[in-house]
Amino acid sequence: MAECGASGSGSSGDSLDKSITLPPDEIFRNLENAKRFAIDIGGSLTKLAYYSTVQHKVAKVRSFDHSGKDTERDHEPPYEISVQEEITARLHFIKFENTYIEACLDFIKDHLVNTETKVIQATGGGAYKFKDLIEEKLRLKVDKEDVMTCLIKGCNFVLKNIPHEAFVYQKDSDPEFRFQTNHPHIFPYLLVNIGSGVSIVKVETEDRFEWVGGSSIGGGTFWGLGALLTKTKKFDELLHLASRGQHSNVDMLVRDVYGGAHQTLGLSGNLIASSFGKSATADQEFSKEDMAKSLLHMISNDIGQLACLHARLHSLDRVYFGGFFIRGHPVTMRTITYSINFFSKGEVQALFLRHEGYLGAIGAFLKGAEQDNPNQYSWGENYAGSSGLMSTSPELGPAQRARSGTFDLLEMDRLERPLVNLPLLLDPPSYVPDTVDLTDDALARKYWLTCFEEALDGVVKRAVASQPDSVDAAERAEKFRQKYWNKLQTLRQQPFAYGTLTVRSLLDTREHCLNEFNFPDPYSKVKQRENGVALRCFPGVVRSLDTLGWEERQLALVKGLLAGNVFDWGAKAVSDVLESDPYFGFEEAKRKLQDNSGIDIILGVFPFVRELLLRGTEVILACNSGPALNDVTHGESLIVAERIAGMDPVVHSALREERLLLVQTGSSSPCLDLSRLDKGLAALVRERGADLVVIEGMGRAVHTNYHAALCCESLKLAVIKNAWLAERLGGRLFSVIFKYEVPAE
Amino acid sequence: EPLRRRASSASVPAVGASVEGARRDRLGSYSGPTSVSRQRVESLRKKRPLFPWFGLDIGGTLVKLVYFEPKDITAEEEEEEVESLKSIRKYLTSNVAYGSTGIRDVHLELKDLTLCGRKGNLHFIRFPTHDMPAFIQMGRDKNFSSLHTVFCATGGGAYKFEQDFLTIGDLQLCKLDELDCLIKGILYIDSVGFNGRSQCYYFENPADSEKCQKLPFDLKNPYPLLLVNIGSGVSILAVYSKDNYKRVTGTSLGGGTFFGLCCLLTGCTTFEEALEMASRGDSTKVDKLVRDIYGGDYERFGLPGWAVASSFGNMMSKEKREAVSKEDLARATLITITNNIGSIARMCALNENINQVVFVGNFLRINTIAMRLLAYALDYWSKGQLKALFSEHEGYFGAVGALLELLKIP
Repeated sequence: MAECGASGSGSSGDSLDKSITLPPDEIFRNLENAKRFAIDIGGSLTKLAYYSTVQHKVAKVRSFDHSGKDTERDHEPPYEISVQEEITARLHFIKFENTYIEACLDFIKDHLVNTETKVIQATGGGAYKFKDLIEEKLRLKVDKEDVMTCLIKGCNFVLKNIPHEAFVYQKDSDPEFRFQTNHPHIFPYLLVNIGSGVSIVKVETEDRFEWVGGSSIGGGTFWGLGALLTKTKKFDELLHLASRGQHSNVDMLVRDVYGGAHQTLGLSGNLIASSFGKSATADQEFSKEDMAKSLLHMISNDIGQLACLHARLHSLDRVYFGGFFIRGHPVTMRTITYSINFFSKGEVQALFLRHEGYLGAIGAFLKGAEQDNPNQYSWGENYAGSSGLMSTSPELGPAQRARSGTFDLLEMDRLERPLVNLPLLLDPPSYVPDTVDLTDDALARKYWLTCFEEALDGVVKRAVASQPDSVDAAERAEKFRQKYWNKLQTLRQQPFAYGTLTVRSLLDTREHCLNEFNFPDPYSKVKQRENGVALRCFPGVVRSLDTLGWEERQLALVKGLLAGNVFDWGAKAVSDVLESDPYFGFEEAKRKLQDNSGIDIILGVFPFVRELLLRGTEVILACNSGPALNDVTHGESLIVAERIAGMDPVVHSALREERLLLVQTGSSSPCLDLSRLDKGLAALVRERGADLVVIEGMGRAVHTNYHAALCCESLKLAVIKNAWLAERLGGRLFSVIFKYEVPAE
Repeated sequence: EPLRRRASSASVPAVGASVEGARRDRLGSYSGPTSVSRQRVESLRKKRPLFPWFGLDIGGTLVKLVYFEPKDITAEEEEEEVESLKSIRKYLTSNVAYGSTGIRDVHLELKDLTLCGRKGNLHFIRFPTHDMPAFIQMGRDKNFSSLHTVFCATGGGAYKFEQDFLTIGDLQLCKLDELDCLIKGILYIDSVGFNGRSQCYYFENPADSEKCQKLPFDLKNPYPLLLVNIGSGVSILAVYSKDNYKRVTGTSLGGGTFFGLCCLLTGCTTFEEALEMASRGDSTKVDKLVRDIYGGDYERFGLPGWAVASSFGNMMSKEKREAVSKEDLARATLITITNNIGSIARMCALNENINQVVFVGNFLRINTIAMRLLAYALDYWSKGQLKALFSEHEGYFGAVGALLELLKIP
């Protein structure tokens, strides 16, 4: 979380303070390449959006020219690695207090190099107020965009592109957030925006939405009426008052009307019969806290009731709530949730959004970027560059919560290719990739966070070693360590910060942090060396397999597949052995038995693929699009396949006849989310009518997809390279998972 | 078709077979001899309870009492009449106010009513619920229990005060379901009319103070009907026939909220005072209107500039808080609560597919501002599909229903 230097700025008042120094390293990153700007100015917070390009290093593999095959020596690597600069697109969103607007605009003006930018999209109630200031400072023309249109565009965008965007709020569970898996079909839904008033919008498609109703009793009523009743001026303070009050002192409850008889009548005595019903008396004083609480209940219940009536009228069960009344305030999320549950009798779910505060800015940005077609791409939340959801414990006072003075960030990377569901998922809406929810499971969470902390030294060492020619590798690696360490500490405090915490999200966060500091593929050299060794072993392995009888061979193939999987630098138990014993080899791994590059792909996967090809099965071999640990990438797999084809006629002809197809998964993670797969892979699966899915590796078959239900046969294979997990699953270290599933008829 | 539930009651057996559709029994009439046969009169005489005839509705804020004063008492009957009964009759009919808070709504009195074969006047009396102990004490002082009368009571207070009636007043309450009583009362009162005039009415041109007219409405086809009872809180019922109805929903933002907030914001002490202040105030100083935000109509959503965008929204600003009067605040409170009830009622009507909405309850007493606003809001937001109806005896239907139960009038 990027805290701004000026702390406690909640008291800095409304004046624009020019003396504020901004921490530019952290908050306006990539500004020099920024080209599209959008701004959403609300009542107290400004959200700035811009599109920029990020230049970072990527490790590319390239095959040597093999025209003179005999020149190849044993010690030569099988392919060359070159580090190239790659430019990718990134969306930056920054949220800060309106107090900082002028300082921020000055900063942008000073750092904005791109002179092509002429227009800034602006939305929000404050857009009008600050129009002149923006035009003067940035010399950009302000284009005003409709608030609700922006909000809905933004909402559609986050629902489609950010996993675990939506959550339900449960007051008594720890943590209080329960994230929803992304629904493949986000429409139709109801958006209830609680600003000063309430707007209820039915959203049917990307471009079609309709204002179905509203109410004047909203956040402004709470604030305005609350200020009159309690003489408390600030919204946050009113909420804080409310969280300490007793509404039953002010409200007339059912039990006040019925006496004790409500029980025999089956009525809940605590229901409010008449809000403020007890204050109709001249001879009693009421406490500020009690009145604020009563007001909060009155307004939340009323909004919840109207939302339910609209949901019912339009037969909708998904209702998203946003607006400043909700914005991360546990008190209001709680009362709204209660109200929705009460009035809908559980039929409607009150959903909240992690990036609710950014919807307007995202929408305004998308409006301005329509010619770039941002909706045709898939986007991914960059965990390294995003602040995550704040701790919003109701016990903290508004000052302690330090919502103000904080620059909150969201960064989204544009993915090169669109991501879609695996067509073979049995029930896409209910698919949950992750096996263990660490948000939920405190014991597992503690274990894994510690595990990642302990592994950090090794990762840093590996990162430095991967770039021996770089002068600043050590320095960057240290920055990486700091960043990832801080993320882990944040997650210890706020496991819900980036949605459901899982082993996958911890791994992905580490990859994002590594990329951030230009360590795109710390294992590229290791993989290169291992691939070289493995390729030389391949003919021997295949020869010995071919001497076996059918049954023996199948067993040996599976053993090979699993043996290869032992070589996992991500697993601490393995990396300890590998670091200490460079001669630890395939035979040893096979003896230890109980997807990675090198040995895994070449000596494990390819013989298995070859067997399938021999029996006439078509094979789609999907590998990661980008690097993650020592997992083989699509690029590497192409070279490896080419080299194997040179040695093996079976693979050779299969490649030529397109019975063996090598594609990318769309993932750059050691885990796999089958709801976010490369569109090309999905198309191929459909086209070829795939009827067996083999998922290999601990990350893809155990941490994720262990429970994934497919509508065809599937085989999940992995070696449990973690003692704790092995114990959890009822086995021992290096136990084997070999899970063959046939879908129920 | 919406799920309908058969009316049920907590303490009274369900009423006999329902008469679906438009046919309604005329149980009494305001003028002349009725068509009730002689035989029926005889059987009524045997079944009818002893005087006095009361119906009581004890709400969260107000107690509503209806009293039938027989006008056809024969000399011999008068002779037999016990002293305490006579004194009650005299006390109730010769006064228009009781103690410091009890009031008889003389203008609502229904004259020459025939009930169970007896002719008389129906009186409507109200007093605050917090004076209930004094009322019970009075019953004790006047020795009510010696009359062997049955007290039929409805409303939450029938439960809350049951024990007090018994221990202090030596009176056994017959507790009745409030929604049953409400519907019964409305249908009955509408059928007898209002001393020759229509009971039910609506507003034409409600938004225009010059052209606004209160006009009688003939509720000859009452079903289906959305009934919105605005007391301290609000109950909304969908009524499909005399004894087929369901409670659709309710809201805690009702008359009690209006009055309670007014007390806190303006220091007023009576409902009348609150309304009087509201009549002189300007809510647009307190509320943020659509035009305050968008400079005019919000065309993207078809919202008119005059619509309230945020109730009390202007009060977020310190300057504006300092610039408003108590009258403005009272008016804004009234507008806020009324608009909200209108909006919930409209949504219920849509969900239940009903287009006549009858608003009753004491919140509407002497509250033309609220009634006209409800009439206008319902018409405007439904594009003329919904009609807001009102009834002269606003808050007394529960009490009337209780009286009908006493008389076993189906």
